[in-house]
Amino acid sequence: MTSSALSSGRPAEIRWHPLIVRYAPVIAIVLAIIAIWYVAAVLMNMGIVRSGFEREETPYTIADLISGTLSAERPLLPAPHQILQTFGEDVFGWPVTSPRSLVFHSWVTLSSTFIGFLLGAGFGIILAVLIVHVRTLQKSLLPWIICSQMVPILAVAPIVIVVLGSIGLRGLLPKALISAYLCFFPVTIGVVKGLSSPDPIQLDLMRTWSATAAQIFWKLRWPSSVPFLFASLKVSITISLIGAIVAELPTGAQAGIGARLLAGSYYGQTIQIWAALVAASLLAVGLIGLVDLAERWVGRAMGART
Amino acid sequence: MRAPDVATQVGPSAKRAEALAVSARGVSLTFQTADGEVEALSNVDLDIAAGDFVSFIGPSGCGKTTLLRVIADLEQPTAGTISVNGVTPEEARLHRHYGYIFQAAALYPWRTIERNVALPLEIMGYNAAQQRERVDRYLKLVNLSGFERKYPWQLSGGMQQRASIARALSFEPALLLMDEPFGALDEIVRDHLNEQLLRLWDQTRKTVVFVTHSIPEAVFLSTKIVVMSPRPGRIIDIIATEFPRDRTLEIRETPEFIRIAQRVRSGLRSGHSYDE
Amino acid sequence: MKPDWQRGVFFAAALGMLAAIVVPLSSAPAAGLLARPGLLALTVVAAALYGAAAFVAPRLSIAMTFAGVILGCFVTLALLRDDAVAGTATWGFWLAVVANWIAAWLGVARLAAVRPQEKSAARAIDLAIPLLFGAFLFYLWEVAVRGFGVPSVLFPAPSAIAVRFAASLMMLWEDFFQTFILGVLSGYVIGCSAGFLVAVIAHRYTFLGRGLLPIGNFVSALPIVGIAPIMVMWFGFDWPSKAAVVVVITFFPMLVNTLAGLNAAGYIERDLMRSYGAGHGQTLRKLYLPAAMPFIFNALKINSTLAFIGAIVAEFFGTPTRGIGFRISIEAGRMALDVVWAEIALAAIAGMAFYGIVALAERATTFWHPSYRT
Repeated sequence: MTSSALSSGRPAEIRWHPLIVRYAPVIAIVLAIIAIWYVAAVLMNMGIVRSGFEREETPYTIADLISGTLSAERPLLPAPHQILQTFGEDVFGWPVTSPRSLVFHSWVTLSSTFIGFLLGAGFGIILAVLIVHVRTLQKSLLPWIICSQMVPILAVAPIVIVVLGSIGLRGLLPKALISAYLCFFPVTIGVVKGLSSPDPIQLDLMRTWSATAAQIFWKLRWPSSVPFLFASLKVSITISLIGAIVAELPTGAQAGIGARLLAGSYYGQTIQIWAALVAASLLAVGLIGLVDLAERWVGRAMGART
Repeated sequence: MRAPDVATQVGPSAKRAEALAVSARGVSLTFQTADGEVEALSNVDLDIAAGDFVSFIGPSGCGKTTLLRVIADLEQPTAGTISVNGVTPEEARLHRHYGYIFQAAALYPWRTIERNVALPLEIMGYNAAQQRERVDRYLKLVNLSGFERKYPWQLSGGMQQRASIARALSFEPALLLMDEPFGALDEIVRDHLNEQLLRLWDQTRKTVVFVTHSIPEAVFLSTKIVVMSPRPGRIIDIIATEFPRDRTLEIRETPEFIRIAQRVRSGLRSGHSYDE
Repeated sequence: MKPDWQRGVFFAAALGMLAAIVVPLSSAPAAGLLARPGLLALTVVAAALYGAAAFVAPRLSIAMTFAGVILGCFVTLALLRDDAVAGTATWGFWLAVVANWIAAWLGVARLAAVRPQEKSAARAIDLAIPLLFGAFLFYLWEVAVRGFGVPSVLFPAPSAIAVRFAASLMMLWEDFFQTFILGVLSGYVIGCSAGFLVAVIAHRYTFLGRGLLPIGNFVSALPIVGIAPIMVMWFGFDWPSKAAVVVVITFFPMLVNTLAGLNAAGYIERDLMRSYGAGHGQTLRKLYLPAAMPFIFNALKINSTLAFIGAIVAEFFGTPTRGIGFRISIEAGRMALDVVWAEIALAAIAGMAFYGIVALAERATTFWHPSYRT
């Protein structure tokens, strides 16, 4: 009997702390992206900076070139620190009510996002409840709502603004209506899915107790739909934000993040555009975070596993 | 076309130098889990001769599946040595010495039955003609001729398992490793498949290592029964059986059978505490 | 036995139609139905159908209801041809419209309640109901706009939109070509392919995958259309900047979904591959990729809509004198809403066709997935 074969135990593996395992890759990639960004900024802005130097006939070194690319006034690709700087200026450098403050513009966009979201989500939930309980609506209306997901509805924004504008409704309300219109579709579909999600055996059990439709709804369907509801609320609030931003475009609105993006592109203020994008991203993250918080709070009340 | 990378030279035991299909000494395996260390196997010594039909039996969580996976190089032991067909488990795996059959049929739903059975053959480099010939042969062996073009979901659970057995046989490994293959099936189908498996083993003369938690199944099928204790997995008893190779299910009523089954059962009880 | 309230509805519908004969049709002086023998006859027949539908067997009743609705709608639409009625329609007219409405609603409701035995009949009904519903909505739109005399500058009738659509086919084709073929398709192909490739690489090297997945999820939630002005700065006004926006929009959902799909293969199937000594490339081709198909197609479907939206919105930020987004924003500013609606109709048809093609491709390749078999 030979024991030429060996499979002796491996050396014990290094046990990384779970937090490191989870976050190290993300941090590493983010750092890599920032590094690549700087290199790209240097390369992309090189042409502008060089022609700038040559126009003014100043002598320049490589170091001058590189520092020039990272601090150009109208760069093709601003360096991260430039964006952060402008962002900081636009947020903290002006009084909050000034039209030069990003806080002001963010607030304008945020307010129509919120109102639109509340209107749209509320309407969507009510419609979903109706659809689940009225078979006619389910067969006639639901297919259209599903179809609307395939249609670029955002294209309707200019019409709504114009039509409402011509009957005298301007400012917050048309934007909120567009946001509401956009975000009620995912909420409706998600909540319909959620309300129809209970197992058939659960519904049978309810029937053995002679539960009324309302009781079934409040005790079974509505609690079962909570995960679906929050998933679609997250999607819907980001769409509402995009809708609010886009709604500011067609009429050349004066206030709001969309307006800021437009102004930046008209006047060639590149860094301003990027700063506005950072603001929009922060808004999006914040909004999703709010929904997430609400979800966690509700989840705890419903005994969800942490 | 390069030669298929299969250890077809590992034939019947009489021709080989190593008469041992599996040889384990002091094999231990400790898992690192979130809740701390779990000792799945503790100091396992085992010899399996070529041509044997060996069952591992024990309660859930006793490490029998883990031991099978160590033989298959799907897990690595933290201590001890093990050789499969005279080489390390890893080499055995890379040279396709064994076929593994899981608790679930694990057929790919996007492939027909014949493409499923041909899957290992594709990977191992057989040409189309060889694939077709082997697929036909082994589907016939498991009585699934005629179902080549069907998809897995169109077959019953028992038929799917038979297809997965055909798949494991198709590249003719010397060793068959089976992890509770009939556990999800009802008793009637199970009896039927037990008989078929026995016939197959008798015909092909392979070494089979079979994990189960059914005592009648283990006693019926095996030449050797390895009784294991719950965590940490140790071998409590190794029982050899002397049943004739052409036995049928009636043998389960004979006194000899019952005696061996009782020995298995007491071995299980002695190692098993009901406090868990 | 029909519930009484349904019978009541049928009678109300019949009465409504009959009332249109006597009640004035328009606030301006216009000939009533008594002076239009053809339409009068049709009105009476419609009323009779409604009334009779209250008594006959369910299937026949549904058929009679819809026959009555067709006749009734025809009458009202024909009446609108008269300039004296259009724009100044009053009680008589609206009673007829409402009669048609409640009859149509009841017809749809009873059709929805039918549960036929054969699957093909059930599927036909499932298709018919939303179509009938949609058709009736268009009818209501048409009648309301023309009956109330809503200025077409503000809100055109579907017939006007259809006319404008047919008259502007050349322009619509140009816009479609610019936005969809040049902008959407090129961006979609590039973005989805890039997302797919990066996902395959990230699947192979787990460190990369674990880093990219959260970032991908994060970026997918951001309002990416905002990068349109920057893309214009980099790629110019024409379609490449729109395609660039589409690339960025489609990249991340594709990345996230493909990665999820590649990780979706079960442990047993993976162990099986390992037991065959299969290399990563073989396992990728034979296991990971086929198992990922449902996820990949999910992303392709989502991306089809996102891409289209992205291209159109990017055009709102500036584009040469062509494109769906361009046309919509310009013509909206000029209050030429019928053109805008025609473009929206174009966008709707194109969007649904695009999604439909992707869905068909999905059905062909992922027929094996449980969700298709139930």
